[in-house]
Amino acid sequence: MASEKRDKEEEEVKTDDGSPKIKPRPIVQLGIFLVAHSPVFSVVFSAAGVLALLILPLLAKNTYISENALMPGSARSMLSNRDVSDGSKLVKDIKNYWLNHEGQGVEVQKLIGKYMSDMGAEVYYQKFHPEGNQFHPLHFFSGPDSYTLLDNVSCASYGVNVAGIIRAPRGDGKESIVLVTPYDFINGGDYEALSLGITSTLFSLLARVTWLSKDIIWLVTDSRYGDYRPVAAWLTEYHSPSFKVSDLLKCGELNTADTFRRAGTVAAALVLKVDGRSERFEDTLSIYAEASNGQMPNLDLINVVNYLAVHRQGFYVKVEKVVSLLSSSWLKIIGEIFEAVGKLARTLNPDWNFGIPAADYLEGSATLASSLYSQALGIPTGPHGAFRDYQVDAITLKISPRFPPDSKTRQHDFFLRGARLLEGTIRSVNNLLEKFHQSFFLYLLTSPSKFISVGVYMIAFALLVAPLPMVAASLYIEGCKALTKSTDNPTENLKSWKWLDAAKQVFALHLLGFIVTLLPYFICQVPGQHSPRNRSIMWGTTSSSLLLITFAIIPGCSPFSSRHHGTNWAVLKSVTISAAFIGLCLMSIINFATAEIGALLLVPTCLMAQPIKPALRSRRIKSLLGAFCSMVLLTIGFPVMFFAISKGLFGEAVVGLSLGGEFWTWLESLWAWKSATYLYIGMVHLPCWLLCLCILFHPS
Amino acid sequence: MASLIRSWIPLLILQSFLVAIAFGSKEAEEFSEALLLKPLPDRKVLAHFHFENRAPPSNSHGRHHHLFPKAISQLVQKFRVKEMELSFTQGRWNHEHWGGFDPLSSMNAKPVGVELWAVFDVPQSQVDTSWKNLTHALSGLFCASINFLESSTSYAAPTWGFGTNSDKLRYGSLPREAVCTENLTPWLKLLPCRDKDGISALMNRPSVYRGFYHSQRLHLSTVESGQEGLGSGIVLEQTLTVVLQPETTSVETNMQPSWSLSSLFGRKVVGSCVLAKSSNVYLQLEGRLGHESKNVDTEIEAHKLWKNADFDLSLKPDRVLRESSSLLFIFDIDKSSDSEPFDLGLTWKLPSKWSCQQAPLQATRFLMGSGNERGAIAILLKATESQEKLPGRVVTDGRCTIKANIFQIFPWYVKVYYHTLQIFVDQQQKTDCEVLKKINVSPSTDKVSSGMLEMMLELPCEVKSAAISIEYDKGFLHIDEYPPDANQGFDIPSALISFPSHHASLDFQEELSKSPLLSSFKEKSLVRSYTEVLLVPLTTPDFSMPYNVITITCTIFALYFGSLLNVLRRRIGEEERFLKSQGKKTFGLKQLLSRLTAKIRGRPIEPPSSDSPAAQSSFLSSKLIFKIILVAGAAAAWQYFSTDN
Repeated sequence: MASEKRDKEEEEVKTDDGSPKIKPRPIVQLGIFLVAHSPVFSVVFSAAGVLALLILPLLAKNTYISENALMPGSARSMLSNRDVSDGSKLVKDIKNYWLNHEGQGVEVQKLIGKYMSDMGAEVYYQKFHPEGNQFHPLHFFSGPDSYTLLDNVSCASYGVNVAGIIRAPRGDGKESIVLVTPYDFINGGDYEALSLGITSTLFSLLARVTWLSKDIIWLVTDSRYGDYRPVAAWLTEYHSPSFKVSDLLKCGELNTADTFRRAGTVAAALVLKVDGRSERFEDTLSIYAEASNGQMPNLDLINVVNYLAVHRQGFYVKVEKVVSLLSSSWLKIIGEIFEAVGKLARTLNPDWNFGIPAADYLEGSATLASSLYSQALGIPTGPHGAFRDYQVDAITLKISPRFPPDSKTRQHDFFLRGARLLEGTIRSVNNLLEKFHQSFFLYLLTSPSKFISVGVYMIAFALLVAPLPMVAASLYIEGCKALTKSTDNPTENLKSWKWLDAAKQVFALHLLGFIVTLLPYFICQVPGQHSPRNRSIMWGTTSSSLLLITFAIIPGCSPFSSRHHGTNWAVLKSVTISAAFIGLCLMSIINFATAEIGALLLVPTCLMAQPIKPALRSRRIKSLLGAFCSMVLLTIGFPVMFFAISKGLFGEAVVGLSLGGEFWTWLESLWAWKSATYLYIGMVHLPCWLLCLCILFHPS
Repeated sequence: MASLIRSWIPLLILQSFLVAIAFGSKEAEEFSEALLLKPLPDRKVLAHFHFENRAPPSNSHGRHHHLFPKAISQLVQKFRVKEMELSFTQGRWNHEHWGGFDPLSSMNAKPVGVELWAVFDVPQSQVDTSWKNLTHALSGLFCASINFLESSTSYAAPTWGFGTNSDKLRYGSLPREAVCTENLTPWLKLLPCRDKDGISALMNRPSVYRGFYHSQRLHLSTVESGQEGLGSGIVLEQTLTVVLQPETTSVETNMQPSWSLSSLFGRKVVGSCVLAKSSNVYLQLEGRLGHESKNVDTEIEAHKLWKNADFDLSLKPDRVLRESSSLLFIFDIDKSSDSEPFDLGLTWKLPSKWSCQQAPLQATRFLMGSGNERGAIAILLKATESQEKLPGRVVTDGRCTIKANIFQIFPWYVKVYYHTLQIFVDQQQKTDCEVLKKINVSPSTDKVSSGMLEMMLELPCEVKSAAISIEYDKGFLHIDEYPPDANQGFDIPSALISFPSHHASLDFQEELSKSPLLSSFKEKSLVRSYTEVLLVPLTTPDFSMPYNVITITCTIFALYFGSLLNVLRRRIGEEERFLKSQGKKTFGLKQLLSRLTAKIRGRPIEPPSSDSPAAQSSFLSSKLIFKIILVAGAAAAWQYFSTDN
């Protein structure tokens, strides 16, 4: 696209000089054609982009197991009733403990540890601090930081993880598989205890099998402090321990100094949770896969679990979906239209069976929307997210049994099936000689067994951003012409520098966006306790005053400056659109889903932005409508506004100042999780939005 | 009777033959076999096969061997090997439960895969050549890819860190080498009786390879005769160490499992190898002599030793020896025969618990960091419980210290920054001069040689833990340097931790015994332990994507042929002249713009594939051709979609 633009410029030079011109090549001709008709094409491409997004559920393919070495379900399960009784005994012991004791100390951890060591595992305990993520602007992308020690460690609150390692009898100890079961050691929980039962059943089996080639680590995390933090703390200790003395070791009666054990490079990790009662007749298995910044585990891991759960153990497998979309009528109508089109196509040619029933379409879209949303948010959907930071493929399996937790009769069968599912998965991963690399890493799920690969979903985004360079080029030519007409001074007539004024303005506002992005860090440093609302007010006032200062300092930047100093709005818009295009393309590499949602907002806003003064002056219906549209889009495009609207869509209406607090909390969570979406909002979306605002109030 | 005689005849012939040899030379070649069995604290049983073959010094010209394998002696003569050790290992030695401070573990606990070291008796300049030739010879002899050690990127020349001080020493290891029967068979072929007779007949492949640890070792050393004209003698020591899990039916977990030779190996010993000078089976029981009396004079007390309340031996030992903490029962298997096979069994009656003596510091090694760019290697030394009791502390300047040598090889693609070496003792960072006594570093050269690190640490005796970390960058390999299954990651060979001031030996105070196994236990051996092999994930290109390759190749072909045809077909001078003549006619911005718009409108009218000048000259005909092509294209597309899709 950039080359087309350059070609176009060259073209212009030659035509103006009037020198003989070489016949342009077809690709250049095509470029000229596209630029000349950019308004039509931008509408067509944008519409096609939205349409491509809508037909994505139709294009989803069935998943398949790409790595042959996995061989899921080919081995007979070796689980016996003895293993299950081990698991049941642990659950019973824990329940008895809760009946007789108050939840303090590390007795439950010790109980689990005793069970592990009785099975022949190496057991150790790890203490960790509940506070973890601290925002630091400079460490944003620098991976998981090494264990930062706090000097004033208080023994008041610390968590204790238990881990047991089974060494592969004939293995070389180079690789390991991690099983994680979060458990609240203070309050307990009947469903959580079931997850311990399943894993204990499995562990009892794994301790005596001979086929293991990778070591198995069973980690019971202290979920008192959330699901994520204990796993992250354990992984930090595993991968980047501090050899310096830690005050934490002296806390409590449990001595954990120098007992931490490791088992090689982690090949894969499974997080098992049991909670809630299934609403369906079968036991339900939910798969959570999204890690930070929209990173996904290898699709093969999900495939293996899905295959075993559906075809071997008879679970009902589901992935997250946006429930509110299931009842939306517009989506249903679209689904019906697609169904009709599909039927029509099939009557023309029986081989064209791309149509799917409207209900399937609705389900697929709701799942796709959830998948896009979770990836775009950039916040991991479970403890498995901590593993992705270390390039480990991990998923969370949440099992909801169909029986109440105290039903003894069903428990046996439930343990057997749950453990068999995990056994099959571990056996498949154990078979792997290489790490997961065969299948997809970039995909969106529309159901547990259907996916859209990167090659397909990129089309929607590409179509959406395609008009940007075209419009930028055409606006640039237009603006150049206007400038040439308005100025007679030949020195100012240098074409190649006409964009410089506009670029200055764009750069200034991007710099502002960068500063605004960093501001929350400094606001957090302000001493004293502040509510999120106050902090957001602080942030808002500082940002707007900074904006005013920018307008005052840099001449020609402000939309309120006099006409002669101001740049041509067409050139400004052209540079803005170029900046937005570059920003969106960069973001699509970092986190595709964010870029897709961002493009849906930013592309129409940028394309529609035009000064309202001439429109009001002209009083023509068309221009008034255009001005109205751009104003509406700008209002929606304001991050806080969009946040409020999306909240409203999810059914939580927030108004007034509390919105500021909510927004602040949301942003805080974004940067705490090191989500690139935060950077996108601050450094791409906000500056482009401000620039569009400048164009809207441009005094031309 | 006749059959008996017939079976005796060859034996008699052999006997006379042997006698002839014995009288013919000053010192005869000797072969001895032994099996040591040792119950381990974690309900497993260690079986250590030990075969020793001695060739005395003799005239090197026209040398003939009776028992000694010719292949080995040729190897020694050809490559002038002074000392050599080759080991094939599967599984990990559990230092915690199987011990780390006895001759058995310090000699037989080997790193996973193949390890080879050799000292040569050649001038310094020829050492590398000899090493390369030796690796190839061994590779052929043992059906293993030892020849990969030939490349200078895979071996190193340790100076003092390995324990043997020699500048003609070469060391290399292959962590990924799989060990199987194909390596055991050539190893057995070196024995005079192979696995047909004697103790080696126990080596039933399925049971040997079912074990938790399997290490097959070959150690040879030359003995200088000191006499003129005589060559050097060779001592070949072959050991196989396996750790087996006896099958047990008892549910009680604290009870040691009972076993017998036939239950462990599925076979029994039916007589010794007739060529062996001695063939014994030893049973070592650890940690059960603290309270019992020293003298075993009376028959009853001796009987008590092997049939008591704790355990029961199925056979009466020929002798019982004792050491400070262990009992050794010696069985001579000469008496066994087909009708009365030797099948030693041990039956436990009471639960018993003991622990093995461990090395002063237990070493673990792991990788730190994440991502494909950089990382760090850390070695953690932890004090074991038995550390205080051990001898071998050195008191210098009033400080009691433990010495530990660390020897490690880094492949070149792990680019180690030696200046980032950090040492923590008891969670306190120490400067290098405080604990580091000696260090020798040879940095790696990309694609030429591997890096090597030798360190001598002097730690205080009361040390609880020590950590050493060193950072590295991950290198990039050329596409054809990647091994198969590159996505698994790359191995960093085990580091060797040795304790130069600690020596392990088991002295059973038995002067009479000429048993090579016992005398090798009696020798003071350096306490050493190998750490884990590490797996470093490196960036790997996507090999399994032929689609990309096809796409790129096709693109390159298309670009190449397209531009080539363009260059051949177009006449640029003519085109420019044509344009100039046209440019004279039309002039000015307005006209050019109108021409541009005309061109834009006219572009789809131009048929893209028309190269006949007639079509371009006539506007009408080109329109016609375009229409025809459009219709034909539509028809072709319809046909394609209706049939193929």
